[in-house]
Amino acid sequence: MSEEKYVPKTKLAEWFDSRLPLLSLSHHLKSYPTPKNLNYWWTFGGILTFCLITQIVTGIILAMHYVAHTEHAFASIEHIMRDVNYGWLMRYVHSNGASMFFLAVYIHIFRGLYFGSYKAPREMIWIIGLAIYLLMMATAFMGYVLPWGQMSFWGATVITNLFSAIPLIGESVTNWLWGGFSVDNPTLNRFYSLHYLLPFLIFGLVILHIWSLHIPGNNNPVGIDVKKGSNETMPFHPYMVMKDLLALLAFLLLFFAFVFFMPDFLGHPDNYIPADPLITPAHIVPEWYLLPFYAILRAIPSKLGGVIFMFASIFVLVGLPWLDSSKVRSATFRPIYRKFFWVLVVTVILLGYLGAKPPEGIYLILARIGTAYYFIHFLILLPLLGRYEKTEPLPLSISDPVLDKPGAMDKLKEMAGKYEGENVATFK
Amino acid sequence: MKEKMLQHLNNLFSKVFLIIFIIGNSNLAHSEERNTEFLKNNWSFDGVFGTFDRASLQRGYQVYQEVCAGCHSVQHLSYRNLSEKGGPEFLPEEAKAIAAQFEVIDGPNEDGEMFTRPGRLSDKFVMPFPNVKAAAAANGGAYPPDMSVLAKARKGGADYIYSLLMGYEEAPAGYELDDGVYYNKYMPGNKIKMAEPISDGIVEYSDGTETTKAQISRDVTTFLVWAGDPHLEARHKMGFKVFFYLIILLTLVYFSKQKVWSRFGSKREEEEEAFDKAEKAVTKYEGEDPKTFK
Repeated sequence: MSEEKYVPKTKLAEWFDSRLPLLSLSHHLKSYPTPKNLNYWWTFGGILTFCLITQIVTGIILAMHYVAHTEHAFASIEHIMRDVNYGWLMRYVHSNGASMFFLAVYIHIFRGLYFGSYKAPREMIWIIGLAIYLLMMATAFMGYVLPWGQMSFWGATVITNLFSAIPLIGESVTNWLWGGFSVDNPTLNRFYSLHYLLPFLIFGLVILHIWSLHIPGNNNPVGIDVKKGSNETMPFHPYMVMKDLLALLAFLLLFFAFVFFMPDFLGHPDNYIPADPLITPAHIVPEWYLLPFYAILRAIPSKLGGVIFMFASIFVLVGLPWLDSSKVRSATFRPIYRKFFWVLVVTVILLGYLGAKPPEGIYLILARIGTAYYFIHFLILLPLLGRYEKTEPLPLSISDPVLDKPGAMDKLKEMAGKYEGENVATFK
Repeated sequence: MKEKMLQHLNNLFSKVFLIIFIIGNSNLAHSEERNTEFLKNNWSFDGVFGTFDRASLQRGYQVYQEVCAGCHSVQHLSYRNLSEKGGPEFLPEEAKAIAAQFEVIDGPNEDGEMFTRPGRLSDKFVMPFPNVKAAAAANGGAYPPDMSVLAKARKGGADYIYSLLMGYEEAPAGYELDDGVYYNKYMPGNKIKMAEPISDGIVEYSDGTETTKAQISRDVTTFLVWAGDPHLEARHKMGFKVFFYLIILLTLVYFSKQKVWSRFGSKREEEEEAFDKAEKAVTKYEGEDPKTFK
């Protein structure tokens, strides 16, 4: 099923499309060929788009009632929760939506890691995706500051203080970020401004992410190139649209279970205590989705080192398409990589768990081992595996090997025609 | 050779990580031994269909008013909330009468003077102290926290509040307590500056409910959970409807998706059928299995 070019049916459509090819674009989005063997791990792109739009819509409504001022922020959230019609719904969808967004993005990223979706010719999709992920973390962090609870304030203090680790200019940078000499009203105000801005940058990057996807087309669970214009692909609409919709609805069951029945489960109780610069909470912890990085940050004995390793843990992923030199994409055919992949998953979850624990004793030791493995995985194991791993034989195509053996069908038809004396093409 | 080494390395890594993971998890059990477990209650508001016990909320308001309100504010609650759906549901006249008991500072008037007037439904709950500093000064330096979202702001929520109210004990022998500090089994650190607030018979219920310490504590805890989450019932109700709707929609979309995808499948079946036919024809004459074609 190859992609046909859009042919305008009316003069008006032709006039319009030759000036602004929106109709062509819409036609392309509908007929975009997708491999027929995509599994449900591939539905998270659509789910993430839904999450982004949900965050933007609920966020805009919340912004109509929120007051970005240290004296009023906490009370304005309570005003939203109590007095604004369905304000509680908007706010719980927004706060749990952030968690669901990250849950989906982690599945999306690990899917890419497992099936080698970052490899040529898809490096650009991967790198734009990482930029989106970075912006997401910044946005989520600043959003968490806005309710101006204890964790908001102290989380902001800890994270902005990281910049003071920069030699020579660290302190000036931190003061510049704060707009003063501590986290205070100017900080809250700029965080609010940026929290409103960044989602639209994310939205723009998502368009680039999808654009760069539509050039090589989707990777697939087998990880070999599909033959466009064969029966190996199916048009995005209605096939993938229906599948994505089904997955989205299932995802919403989880989403709404949190929103309606345990809306504060993923948050920290301390954030319902108004910010108090004079009282430090016993344990300052970020939201769950940032915990693995928090564990890496604290695993390194020096502050500057911690900051460097924390940022490096994300930036190392930018180099991944070149660090992993294996020509085989899908872990299905990489017996050793497959195991290391799961070790990595366990390590990241373990680091997340450790990020919520005080950095002492066994926790600190484990966090150091986990951090070490994280970097060893990407910087040492992947390049080595690319060179020495014996991969399993790849199938010739993503579908039934007999039917799709190149030319097999034609050869058969030709031979059958020879004996039967009839045009075998009519078989079809 | 190198492959073998990699394989060994890989197995080793897997095992090491498995062991680390198990140790890490078993450690989890030990690290949380900060406090004794909270006392459990069967709260009516727990669970998917949870609703508040109206009578308990009304009694809880009474306890709050007679026992807690001297020190603790609930500044985010309004008097009108008392008669709103999903809350204690006092009659509007009752709520109005409650509001009118309080003196609210308003103003400035046309002469530029602040004045006091009786409270209205639209007023927020009047606070016992003008500000945090005054509250702390009047309570030996410890600020009695605002109770608007107290049930959400403490790990354990309702169970924690109930346990705290029930958890006053004689300090263990040798445990040193300063003046004005009390021992509480469930308070983090076991030291609390609030004297035991609730005891048997400290309030008198007009509906004849027994006034044991446990009952009073239950009532005021219920009130505080509602105060922190006044839309809890509406949320649960909507959640049920949302799930009902979602599950039906999910079922419909599932079958639609199957139907749509079967179009693609049948096309493929046609091709396979054609292939089988051709294959049969060839096999008939060639007497060999065409699958061996290179």
